[in-house]
Amino acid sequence: MDALINKRIKEVLKGDQNAFAEIVELFQDKLYRVCFRMLGNKHEAEDIAQEAFVRAFINIHTFDTKRKFSTWLYRIGTNLCIDRIRKKKPDYYLDAEVAGAEGLNMYSHIASSDELPEEELLKMEMQDRVQYEISRLPDKYRAVIVLKYMEDLPLQEISDILDMPLGTVKTRVHRGREALRKQLSNM
Amino acid sequence: MNMCPDHIVHYMHEYLDGDISQEHELELKEHLQDCSSCQQHMNELSKAVAFVQSASHIAAPSGFAEGVIARLPKETSKVGMKRWFHHHPMLTAAALFMILMSASLFSSFNDDQQFSFTKQPNIVVEGEKIIVPAGETVKGDIIVRNGDIQIDGEVEGNVTVINGSLMASSANVTGEIEEINQVFDWLWYKIKSIAKDTASFFEGE
Repeated sequence: MDALINKRIKEVLKGDQNAFAEIVELFQDKLYRVCFRMLGNKHEAEDIAQEAFVRAFINIHTFDTKRKFSTWLYRIGTNLCIDRIRKKKPDYYLDAEVAGAEGLNMYSHIASSDELPEEELLKMEMQDRVQYEISRLPDKYRAVIVLKYMEDLPLQEISDILDMPLGTVKTRVHRGREALRKQLSNM
Repeated sequence: MNMCPDHIVHYMHEYLDGDISQEHELELKEHLQDCSSCQQHMNELSKAVAFVQSASHIAAPSGFAEGVIARLPKETSKVGMKRWFHHHPMLTAAALFMILMSASLFSSFNDDQQFSFTKQPNIVVEGEKIIVPAGETVKGDIIVRNGDIQIDGEVEGNVTVINGSLMASSANVTGEIEEINQVFDWLWYKIKSIAKDTASFFEGE
């Protein structure tokens, strides 16, 4: 797998876009999934995941082939997601007065991290409920929880992706789990 | 409500991370047996983990990869050509061969603008014109390039004129007469002579 990817990367370095298309095919599901879990919105997830691939293509010469490509790619993707989440927050407050107006759907509710009323929660499909609870997590914890429990990545790799010490990752996983536990205590 | 030491919750997380030491695990288990509130805490944590893990694995929407490629900066045409060559090695080889061959043939046609002829005794040269005087007999072939030939006498062999004209007063040439003025004639002549050379080479063996 790694040998194949490194071969493709060499071709991409020569400017071959077809080789890059193969890399995209290999990693698109993983990266899209992480973006979707982080952002909670399909369109945004697609946009950000594609942007992450474009950045990977442009900066491919900075990738060290001795390291794991997926880690590097996840790093680009999660950074973009975190940026997007941070940018969205002030936007949300600015737009707060139009809340309740047309164009608001479930996703904008989720993004707002408002708590939904009990009866709404019970009507929710299981998968939507999972996404809803993930979206309510503070973004510091959301990234580690998504990577650890949705992508099954080892803590060490998460520390590489998020570029933070292993101890910090552990602390965030612990706090993330506690936050989830509190959110779900009424289930 | 909680009289339990703080480190028990820490051990729970160590346990869930899968990097708990044996002593800690033992202590945690003993404590959980006696303490229902910690048991509940542990249960809730495990449930929270299972809950998140139950998320279905979603796939990227169709057309995702095409979308990425469409957003990439334009690739250089150099690479596109390289890839084409890579995919069609035979065509590439054939094209390369044709280019080189035609280049060498055309250039030899154009470069050979100098007047030259086969040296034979008893022929007369007047400027760019060869004359076989009347009454004389040339034994052998004559090839004239970029010049004319006038045959009043006799030639016992072939006469070839390239880029010139042939003036023979009567059919006093025993061999073949050939006039080559066009590029295609020239090519044909070249190919024939190469074939002839090759044939004679094999015959000589």
